[in-house]
Amino acid sequence: MGAIESKVGEPVSDESVLVNAARNGDVGAFEQLVRRYDRNVFRIAQHITQNREDAEDVVQDAFLKAFQNLGQFQGQSKFYTWLVRIAVNEALMRLRRRRPERTVSLDEDVKTEEDSIPREVADWSPNPEQLYSQAELKDILSKTIQGLSPGFRTVFVLRDVEALSTEETAEALNLSIPAVKSRLLRARLQLRERLNKYFKRRNGDSKQ
Amino acid sequence: MTCSEFLKELTDYLDNTMDQRTRAELEDHLQWCHNCYVVCNTTKRTIEIYRDSQLFELPDDLRNRLRTAIIGKCKQHKAEKDA
Repeated sequence: MGAIESKVGEPVSDESVLVNAARNGDVGAFEQLVRRYDRNVFRIAQHITQNREDAEDVVQDAFLKAFQNLGQFQGQSKFYTWLVRIAVNEALMRLRRRRPERTVSLDEDVKTEEDSIPREVADWSPNPEQLYSQAELKDILSKTIQGLSPGFRTVFVLRDVEALSTEETAEALNLSIPAVKSRLLRARLQLRERLNKYFKRRNGDSKQ
Repeated sequence: MTCSEFLKELTDYLDNTMDQRTRAELEDHLQWCHNCYVVCNTTKRTIEIYRDSQLFELPDDLRNRLRTAIIGKCKQHKAEKDA
């Protein structure tokens, strides 16, 4: 069984030129950085906040904050990792505002590991995505990931959807590497378990 | 190797971030443990399905609107700073 392939390429090498120009007040250079990463920031924000309006606000505020604070960007990390860190903080802040009754934190760790122990071990249909229309599939995936705690879904989205490395994810979330790995494993297993009911092999599916 | 030991290593296995020897031990376990094989395979599919899902794509009109707003605010910030 092979490893997961990453679909995200390395950032282009002119990035530090753009960042330096933007730091010196070149709004045009900053606009190119916005074009490069706005889709990623929107996706991350929407995954964390689960709310379209909040996600729109996060995109605007995260980029504006990045522009205002570029002087503090050291260049030791990638600009994108630094930007993601700002965006995640903005998104969590909005989630807290919307759900004041619940603790929203990346540190909320789960008391038990039982949530991640596979309960149902059923093989899936050969092409489970094709069991549903594109719209139905998006609905299933969106509802399923919403069921995860914010800390788990944030780690999953950064590592598995946005393809940040474990180190970059740890840096963006201010977590240790073992904490990222532990949350990622549990997030992956919980999602797998929850998707079982939609994707498991049914009678009549041909074996491959 | 037990199933719970296998499970602990699953993330490193799927990410291909482990030494050859541990990888060989895990693959040996997968040869005979159907449950772990299924969990491993369906977890891998879970990741692939999310990665390919195009969930929460940013529509072009919204994208343009957001970018215009961001750049407007950046220009305003720069003007205030320069003043």
